[in-house]
Amino acid sequence: MVKTMAKTDIGPPHYEQMLPQIIKDNYGKWKYFERVKPGVLKHVSETGDELYTVRVGSPRLIGIDTLRKMADLADKYCNGHLRFTSRHNIEFLLDSSNEMNALIGELEARGWPIGGTGNSLNNIIHTQGWVHCHSAATDASGTVKAVMDDLYDYFKADDLPAKLKISMACCLNMCGAVHCSDIAFVGIHRTVPRIDDEGVSKNCEIPNLIASCPTGAIRPNPKAKSVIVNEEKCMYCGNCYTVCPSMKIMDPENDGLAIFVGGKVSNSRSGPTFSRLAIPWLPNNPPRWDELVEAVRNLVDVWIQNAKKGERYGEWIERIGWEKFFEIAGLPFTDKHIDDFKFSVPTFRSTSNFKYTK
Amino acid sequence: MSDKKRPMLDELKKGPWPSFVKQMEKQAETSEMAEDALNLLEQSYNDKVVHWKHGGIVGVRGYGGGVIGRYCDMPEEFPNVKEFHTFRVNQPAGWFYTSDALRSLADVWEKHGSGLTNFHGATGDVVLLGAPTEHLQSCFDDLSANGWDLGGSGSDLRTPSCCVGPARCSSACFDTLDLCHNLTNQFQNELHRPMWPYKFKIKISGCANDCVSSIARADMSIIGTWRDVIGIDQDAVKDYAANGLEIQELVVDKCPTDACTFDAEQMTFNVDDENCVRCMHCINKMPKALQIGKDRGATILLGGKATLVQSAFLSWVIVPFMKLEKEDDYVELKDLLDKMWEWWDENGKVRERIGELIYRKGMRTFLKEVGLKPQPQMVKHPRANPYFFWWPEELAKEKGEGDALGEAAAGKEIKNG
Repeated sequence: MVKTMAKTDIGPPHYEQMLPQIIKDNYGKWKYFERVKPGVLKHVSETGDELYTVRVGSPRLIGIDTLRKMADLADKYCNGHLRFTSRHNIEFLLDSSNEMNALIGELEARGWPIGGTGNSLNNIIHTQGWVHCHSAATDASGTVKAVMDDLYDYFKADDLPAKLKISMACCLNMCGAVHCSDIAFVGIHRTVPRIDDEGVSKNCEIPNLIASCPTGAIRPNPKAKSVIVNEEKCMYCGNCYTVCPSMKIMDPENDGLAIFVGGKVSNSRSGPTFSRLAIPWLPNNPPRWDELVEAVRNLVDVWIQNAKKGERYGEWIERIGWEKFFEIAGLPFTDKHIDDFKFSVPTFRSTSNFKYTK
Repeated sequence: MSDKKRPMLDELKKGPWPSFVKQMEKQAETSEMAEDALNLLEQSYNDKVVHWKHGGIVGVRGYGGGVIGRYCDMPEEFPNVKEFHTFRVNQPAGWFYTSDALRSLADVWEKHGSGLTNFHGATGDVVLLGAPTEHLQSCFDDLSANGWDLGGSGSDLRTPSCCVGPARCSSACFDTLDLCHNLTNQFQNELHRPMWPYKFKIKISGCANDCVSSIARADMSIIGTWRDVIGIDQDAVKDYAANGLEIQELVVDKCPTDACTFDAEQMTFNVDDENCVRCMHCINKMPKALQIGKDRGATILLGGKATLVQSAFLSWVIVPFMKLEKEDDYVELKDLLDKMWEWWDENGKVRERIGELIYRKGMRTFLKEVGLKPQPQMVKHPRANPYFFWWPEELAKEKGEGDALGEAAAGKEIKNG
C-alpha cells in the first residue's frame, strides 16, 4: 500500500492562531511599557488594556515534560498562551495583575527564576556544545550553567549600570551573535589539524577543503591525494574540519575558551560593535569550569565598579580606553590581543594620544 | 533508567540556575535515547572532547534540508544514540504558542525522538534533538499532519525570525510578524531545497534596538525606522522628571547627535528631528512620553555574519528607507531579494556568503547588478584611497575610435577632447 505523502511546504502555523485575545485586541496599539519589577513588564495599550509579562529564565535545553508543564501553567494563568524570547526565555502573558504573584510563586517554587529585564543580566545565548554538535571545542550547556549559577543574582535584579548580554559559542562557527555581546566566551582550538590522508582522499572534496581555510594554509598533497597544512599560517579555526572530518582538530588538553568583551547589537546611542579579545585562553575544566566562572565574574565586577549609570560594557571601555581596561581588569596584554588577520591595521593606534598604565 | 553513574554531570545539577542535566534526566526516565545522550555527555566531560561525528546525509521526502544527521563515535558503548538526528521545526513568527500547539510538538517528539528540545535554536527554529534514522520520515509525517513544517539547513534560506513587534511593543515601525510569516511562506522552496552557494539568513527587527540581533546574525537585516518626527507628550515628560528621572544626564547627554534638549525650568523636552538618527535611546528611556514617528518603514542592511571565513561582518545599509506595508505584499523587498539571490547564485563560490561576495566583487558591482543607487547613507565615510574604478561609459573615448563607442557614451556629460 502506498502511504500518502506528508504535505510539504505548508510553512509554520500562522502566528495569529497563537496570539492571546488581549494581544489580538491591541495589536499595533501598544502605547508604552513600564518595568513593574525585575522580570515583570507591563504594557499599556491606547485602548486602556494592560498586559503583564512574566519572564522566566530557561536552560534552552528542555525536555517535553517541561514543555507540558509550562503549557499547563499557561492554561491555568494565561488562557493557554505563552511565548519565548530570542534569548531562550519563556514569557507568560497575563491580561491582569490579579494572578501574577500566584504564577510567579508557582514558577519559583519549581526552581524557575524570574528576571532578565531592564538593567539585568539577560539569559546567555548559547549553542549545542558536547550535547549535540560535531565541531564543539567545549561544552555550551555546562559552561553556561556554571556561569549563570555564579551570576544568578544579576538575572534576578535589575540594578546593573546597563543591560548585560552574555553569549556563548562552542566553536568559531559562532552560532549565536557572540561576536557582538557585552561578554562572550567562545570555544577555541590551539593546535593544527591532524590529517588522515586516507580519509581526506576518500571522503573530502579537496578544492573545497583548500578554499575553507581563511589564511590559505592548506595546499594539495598530490602524492597522497590529500592536503598539507602550513603550520605557520594555521590559526586553528577548525573550518577545514567542518568541511572534512579527516582534519581532526580536537585536542583535549589544548582546546579551551577565549573571552571577548564590549560588543553590542543595538543601535541605541553608539552603533553596533564587535566584541574584542580580553582573555585569549582558559582551560576546558569540566564540570564547573572554575577558571571561566572566575574570569567572567571579574569582568562583570570591574564593569559594575567602574561604569557610569547607563553605560554598556563597550561604552564604558570606549570612555576609559582599552589600555585602561586591561589595567583595571588586571588582565595581561599579550601578542594575541593584537590583530594579525585581514583588517588588522585600522585596529592599531595611529595617534600619540593614549593613557599610561602601570 | 540505568544505574550508570555520572559524577561529572551530577555537579551540574547543583546551583540555582535551572539545570539542563535535570531536564535530560527527566526525559531519561522514559527514553533510552535521552539516557544514552546523558551517558555520552558524561564521556565527553571525562575526555574533554566531543563524541558526535559529522552529519551524514539524512532527510525526509521532498526536502533537501531541515534534518541534520548526527551519529556518535562510540556506537557500541552507547547504542541508543548511534543515530541521533536533529529536526529544525519552523517556529511561529514572534515565538508565540498556544499550550495545545506546544503539546502537539511534545506528543510527536515523544513518539519519535528523545524528548529533548531546544526552545529555540540560534536561527529561531524549534530544535528537536535526537531521532533515529528510521523515525525521520514518520516524525515529519506526524509534524506535517499537526500543521508543523521544517526550517532551513545547509545552503538554503534559513528560517527567518523576527522580534515581538506590534504584538507587544510600542516601537514596532512595521508589522514584523506579518513580514516574517509572509517571507517564510513566499520562499518555501528556497527554505526547503538548498540550491545556493551557502546559507542566507533574514532577521527582522521592528526598531533600532534590534532585539533579534539582525545586524550581527543575518545576511539581510531589516530594521524598523521612520522618516518624520518623534512624538512628544510633554505632560508625560514632566511626570518622568517629577519621578526623579535624570533627563539631562541619562537622556539628553547620551544622544549621539546632540539632537535632544531639555529645559529644566519648563520641564519640556525637544528633539531636533532633522539631526536625529533614530537610535531609540530617548524613546527607550521615556517610553510613556516619546513615540516613534508616523511615516514608518525599515532600513535594509546586508552582509552580516560571524567570523568564518573572511571575517565577521555587521550588515551595512543598502536601502536607507523602504516602506513595508502589508497591503503591498512587500513586493519591493521581495523583488530586491530575488535580484540579490540571482547575482549571488551566479557569482558566489561554494560556501561564500553574500557579504563576502560583495567584499570580493565590490559594492559598486553589487549595486549596479541589483539596481540600487549609491547613497551617502551607505558608508560611514567615503574611501581614503585613490584606487577606484570607472565604468567604460563614464570615460571619454579616443579620437577615431568609432561611432559605435561614441554612441555608447552618448548622453553622458563627459565631453570628447
